[in-house]
Amino acid sequence: MKFGVLRFPGSCDEVDALEAARRVGDAELIWHRDRDLRGVDAVVVPGGFSFGDYLRAGAIASFSPAMESVIEFARDGGLVLGICNGFQVLCEAQLLPGALLPNTNLRFIFRQVHLELVRRDTAFTCAAPPDTPLSIPAKHAWGRYHAGPGELSTMEANGQIVLRYAPGENFNGSAGDVAGVRNEQGNVFGLMPHPEHAVEELMGGSTDGLLIFESMRMAVEGARA
Amino acid sequence: MPDSATLPTLQDALALGLTEHEYELVCGHQGGPPNQVELAMYSLLWSEHCAYKHSRKLLRTLPTEGEHVVMGPGENAGAVDVGGGLVCAFKVESHNHPSAVEPFQGAATGVGGILRDIFAVGARPIAVLDSLRFGEPSGERSRYLLDGAVAGIGHYGNSIGVPTVGGEVYFEGPYEQNCLVNAMALGLAERGRLVRSAAAGPGNVVVLFGASTGRDGIGGASVLASAELDAGGEDKRPTVQVGDPFEEKKLLECSLELLDRGVVVSLQDLGAAGLTSSASEMASKGEVGIDIDVGLVPLRESDMEPYEIMVSESQERMLCVVEPGNVAEVLGVCERWEVSGTAIGTVTEGDRMRILRDGEVVGDMPVRALVNECPLYDLSPERPSAPLYPPPAPAPAAAGEPGAVLLALLASPNIASRRPLFEQYDAIVQSRTVRRPEEADAAVLALPDGAALAVSIDCNGRRVAADPYRGTLAAVLECAANLACTGALPLGTTNNLNFGNPEKPHIAWQLTEAVRALGEGCRALRAPIVGGNVSLYNEGRAGPIYPTPVIGMVGRLPDARAAGRLGFAEAGHRIALAGPFAPSLAASELAKLRGEPLPDGLPGFDLDALVAVIGAVATAVREGALASAHDLAEGGLAVALAECCIAGGHGARVVVDPGGVLETALFGECSGCFVVSGEAAALDELGDSVPLTNLGSVGGEELAIDPAGGDEIVLALADLQAAHGGGLARFFP
Repeated sequence: MKFGVLRFPGSCDEVDALEAARRVGDAELIWHRDRDLRGVDAVVVPGGFSFGDYLRAGAIASFSPAMESVIEFARDGGLVLGICNGFQVLCEAQLLPGALLPNTNLRFIFRQVHLELVRRDTAFTCAAPPDTPLSIPAKHAWGRYHAGPGELSTMEANGQIVLRYAPGENFNGSAGDVAGVRNEQGNVFGLMPHPEHAVEELMGGSTDGLLIFESMRMAVEGARA
Repeated sequence: MPDSATLPTLQDALALGLTEHEYELVCGHQGGPPNQVELAMYSLLWSEHCAYKHSRKLLRTLPTEGEHVVMGPGENAGAVDVGGGLVCAFKVESHNHPSAVEPFQGAATGVGGILRDIFAVGARPIAVLDSLRFGEPSGERSRYLLDGAVAGIGHYGNSIGVPTVGGEVYFEGPYEQNCLVNAMALGLAERGRLVRSAAAGPGNVVVLFGASTGRDGIGGASVLASAELDAGGEDKRPTVQVGDPFEEKKLLECSLELLDRGVVVSLQDLGAAGLTSSASEMASKGEVGIDIDVGLVPLRESDMEPYEIMVSESQERMLCVVEPGNVAEVLGVCERWEVSGTAIGTVTEGDRMRILRDGEVVGDMPVRALVNECPLYDLSPERPSAPLYPPPAPAPAAAGEPGAVLLALLASPNIASRRPLFEQYDAIVQSRTVRRPEEADAAVLALPDGAALAVSIDCNGRRVAADPYRGTLAAVLECAANLACTGALPLGTTNNLNFGNPEKPHIAWQLTEAVRALGEGCRALRAPIVGGNVSLYNEGRAGPIYPTPVIGMVGRLPDARAAGRLGFAEAGHRIALAGPFAPSLAASELAKLRGEPLPDGLPGFDLDALVAVIGAVATAVREGALASAHDLAEGGLAVALAECCIAGGHGARVVVDPGGVLETALFGECSGCFVVSGEAAALDELGDSVPLTNLGSVGGEELAIDPAGGDEIVLALADLQAAHGGGLARFFP
């Protein structure tokens, strides 16, 4: 099982994601100009400020050569995880529905948040224990999830809402408390909180983020078996 | 300035901040009046900001050597050995005047500048801390400056992927017109990979890389940073630089890759005074000359004069010296990171700094005169005979019975939770942060070998104003006490001396006394000074700022897993007060809230005894003997107990012997005292080596303080949390 973690100029959390992925499998960085995904089994589009968030968060990165390959990889059913800026990139690339807008208070906010796992039967959450809220940090200025009213109810009907902020935790003003969504096919998942920053007891006390990476490993290895 | 064809006059030199005597010295070094380029360069390098001409003699008295010091003052940042083959480079710098004029960009470029200092020595930046001072937050302008500065720090640090892990902020009237924005950064490097800035090897090529050069920040160091702020600060907006963290992120990765490949001889960032200071300092340290052709410098505006190119403070630029055979590889690495790189000059034999434009010499100066021969001035310190500062405005809530006073203190701007500020910073990127803000008295960062760094930044300017010597010692001790609460012992210290106009005898006295205390404190703690910065002329229309020698201290603990916390951990644990408890309300937070004038002097203490207590607490924490440790600071014992309850989510029941006056025992302040909790046996053992008083035990949903006979003070945990949490939050709707 090998993860590929994209690296754009301005990526900040790519090494954290790389190290988190390495707790469950192999992982390597993929430079944004590289079209060759080198046979990875899953792709992580990491957090940060790719291309300085110029134009719009994630907009420029979504046109990079590596992303062209990732779009193709996703169309072929490959697993793609977008974290924070990576979620923004996946929305800009139209691999995921909706958009991320500036937080309602217009400030960057870093906070440990509680999350409700809406679905435990996805390729990204299948390793989650039942009925426990997750504790994972979030940190962003543009994290307010937005989808048209009709679009949001369609997504709910399709089971595309995977993660919600627990009551009182939705600091950015996301529609429907949405913290993470997947595409219709179920192989692309984006979330604003940072699972790669909740993998080590020593750093903040929660290891709940590890289950996202562990789920992806299980999904890939299950499909292979 | 006249046009380039006309020689500038004495009047032009005076306008640039040189004195008549200094201008005459320049004429002597040049063998006649300097031309426009030369005068511009001398005026910057001989400014207070670059030449430290009123502080250098004092700074020479500071301790700079010790067993852990790898690189002392004089380089872009100092460095200490942290074990495991690694060194930690760190430094604090100020960006006060730019932030007073334009808070967002002023603070953002302050962070950008200190980060460049760190990677210029070859270290990867791993953390930022900030130290801020504003007028009272009830004032609209203070809130505007605070809001802008915090957003600017967050914007730069968050975007570049370096966590902001700690800091401090105080609100006091004397900072109303002249806020302080100091930023500290830390970086890690392999011990053998530190790079110095001395240029070497005549014939080697000087390469400028990073952003292009524009007219922003012209005169920043001389006009803005080396004079008092006055009315019309808005006119100085063009002297404030504009930061681009994305450009710096690329510059950082590019610089570290160049060092990894071993293709640069030396490296230097462009900060205050731009190309002028970076090129001259590289030449001076290497005892060589440098030729720079300004015609080769990539420009944002094509019609810039040579002197403008030399003094521009455009951000996100670096200068390196490269052997001719490696130039192509260096430019290739720049290309990969989408950073512009250009060869703009050469290292020469001799001692001439020559500026050329398309082959024609437009400036020619002896390097030694430029960098080292600015006259240094003796201060004329004089202890003031009358108070320098008006008494603070009283806050009505600070009267009444002790429970109400405690809530008023917890909600006061200098004590209330900083969460609304630090929540705007990413504190965890790079996955090293073991203790986040408000979890412990110092930030704790894991090292690869299982050990950890602890870092703290502190200074209570009001106490320094009351007693520059003892107030500064208290700031140094406070930093060491913060480290001790996490289990760390100090490795080294950095400092930023923020003071008023040193040409005034009373400010000179404050500065002299503060530096004397800084030296004594660092010697006693074996925490030598490895670098720092001086910011003078911090005065507004209403007078000088409180003298503010900001101290940054880095320490190490052997096992990151043993890092201490400040919050009470478990019901039933015993609570004790460790250290020689000698509380005083002089210059305390309560005295401020009551509008009392500053006292003339603070009570004395036994420095060596306090250092011993701090060491014993650090040892007990790192051995895992204590469940919590928190040092007494603003608001004294009662506030410290409340903070331990709030952070841990536990109540407590304690008995406080009022000694003389109950209020003094509860809210009086002193150095070197700690509230600790843990198993009774562990506290007894600590009591064998330090003065220790048992106070009570952890538990329940309230803080109950029994003043040994008087009326018990009982406050619900929720009320403590509401007061502490709401004090600043109400200014950030």
